[in-house]
Amino acid sequence: MTEEKKEYWRWKEYRKTIEGKDWKTGKIITAGIDIGSIGSKAVIMVDGEIYALGIIRTGSNSPDSAKRVLDFTLEGTDLKFENINYIVGTGYGRVNVPMANKTITEISCHAKGANFIWGDSVRTVLDVGGQDIKAISIDEKGNVVSFLMNDKCAAGTGRGMEVIADLLSLPIEEIGEASLKVKEDPPPLNCTCVVFAKSEAVSLLRKGWTKEKVLAAYCRAMAQRMFDLLKRIGIKKDFVVTGGQSKNIGTVSRLESLLGFKRLQVPDWEKNGKDPMVAGAIGAAIFAKALYEKSKK
Amino acid sequence: MIKAGIDIGAKNIKIVIMKDSEILAKGVFLSGIDIKVFINEIFNKVLKDANLSKENISQIIVTGVGTDLIPFATNKISIVSAIAKTANFYFPESKMVIDVGAEETRIVKCNKGAVLDFALNDKCAAGAGLFLEAISRALEVSLEEMGRLSLKTENTVPINTQCVIFAESEVVSLIHRKTPKEDIARSVYDSMASRVYSLASKLGIEQNTVVVGGVAKDIGFLDSLKRKLGVNLLVPDNPEFAGAIGACL
Amino acid sequence: MITYYGYKDGSGEYFISIDSDKCNGCGECIEKCPKKILKLETVMINLEDKLVSSVKEEFRRQIKYVCNNCHPDNILCVLSCKEKAITTIWNQER
Repeated sequence: MTEEKKEYWRWKEYRKTIEGKDWKTGKIITAGIDIGSIGSKAVIMVDGEIYALGIIRTGSNSPDSAKRVLDFTLEGTDLKFENINYIVGTGYGRVNVPMANKTITEISCHAKGANFIWGDSVRTVLDVGGQDIKAISIDEKGNVVSFLMNDKCAAGTGRGMEVIADLLSLPIEEIGEASLKVKEDPPPLNCTCVVFAKSEAVSLLRKGWTKEKVLAAYCRAMAQRMFDLLKRIGIKKDFVVTGGQSKNIGTVSRLESLLGFKRLQVPDWEKNGKDPMVAGAIGAAIFAKALYEKSKK
Repeated sequence: MIKAGIDIGAKNIKIVIMKDSEILAKGVFLSGIDIKVFINEIFNKVLKDANLSKENISQIIVTGVGTDLIPFATNKISIVSAIAKTANFYFPESKMVIDVGAEETRIVKCNKGAVLDFALNDKCAAGAGLFLEAISRALEVSLEEMGRLSLKTENTVPINTQCVIFAESEVVSLIHRKTPKEDIARSVYDSMASRVYSLASKLGIEQNTVVVGGVAKDIGFLDSLKRKLGVNLLVPDNPEFAGAIGACL
Repeated sequence: MITYYGYKDGSGEYFISIDSDKCNGCGECIEKCPKKILKLETVMINLEDKLVSSVKEEFRRQIKYVCNNCHPDNILCVLSCKEKAITTIWNQER
């Protein structure tokens, strides 16, 4: 399996500088750098507002990735590295951000970022990635109240979805839509183990179920899985979904049915930079400002 | 008295026909979807191998999962009881049986064939045969070859995955990092043996431990298990048929 | 902040939960754990660094196996904590 194939929901490297902002009149300039297993992100904030952001492929996660993404982001501006007052690094596993003044856990940064993007009404964050699911309960300030991560089991992860996509020979981007093409949802497949869900899917196909019906049952099972994990940390409105799997409407719509309410929509990030993909880096940049102010007291 | 034992496993159905304690015929078949439909066919096949017909069989005993699916069964017995009897039959001194199947692992504490206590590891394919199959596919070797490879080395690497689905990706990245296949194989067997050890240690490790089930044929697994448990392991002939044999005893 | 270490899979749910607000970093649970799966870790709470207990990374996906001996009656980490910062969840599917 190549690195390319791991990009279930393909995204391009990009950067953005927000129009109409001038860093020279700002008092505090901070940067947040989030090194993920697949993507590295940087966000520059001026006085707590997003100024620029960038996202690139992490590659082999050397200390290089942090420098590359920061440089990449800065190149879209006339800001220089020396102008930055404080840098917070975060990310997956052993975080490699050598220029950071401080390193903070990705969960804390992700929570802060979600609070910034969606507002202080958010209480429950579900982050569904390629190989893990994180359920986070937060308060009105974006502080983490409780947190649970599953990376032991493929059930509910992008990799788990890939298994059914391979079985049905469908491109993974299409399974969400396809699963909704049923009149009524069939009973779900085994919701705790992809291996068993897959064998059930095989026998249902042999019994004559259509691909769409099998997908519906599978997505329903995965939604149930996410719901069970969320229950552990306590579910409260408002609810948001981040991560690659947030684009899978097959699972997300069924999860919304189980919850009894809808997630908040992704805001118009094109204009103001509030891009959920960089939630962690946003949170890191916010922490950077708070820590800088604290150091100046 | 001629009896037939049918063990319905998660992946395979095992059938033996025994006259007292002698095996007349045996067969392994994929469980498939609709057992009721083809059980007659495969049962008749084993009968044919023994040159017998159904009338010659005085008892047909079923064990494993879905014991209600065999319409012509005369008796049933729990799988745990069955393997305890088999262990006692081949090794009268045995005090513990470890049964590693395709999807389940069972640890039974026993004495003279009677079950004293047991622990199950089911509903998660990572603790059983399916895990090894997934790894062998990722290594692109047969299961037998993987066992042989694992004995060629003493090096191990940490195996982080505890899921059959992630196992493949983990092996692929280990191979990209140029980890030798022998080391990967040995590490995987060690990881499985550790899981079995954790379950068994709660019941109390016994000197006379029998290993049965399809995975008991795997020399790599047996080597790791012996090291983890620290006891000599007893493996009967036809370990895969332990359930079916025990049903007849 | 309560962190749940562990997982739910086909066979059940197995978690150790640690409340970093209640934990005072005394290290009792780390000492008492027979399998040595706990360690002290720095977390940031309200912009301050605090030393709290956590489950070592390599054991988080094996809670069912490594914690097996302590359940159900003798969960040593829970028993050792005066602040009641550490609790467990252990539900096996039958």
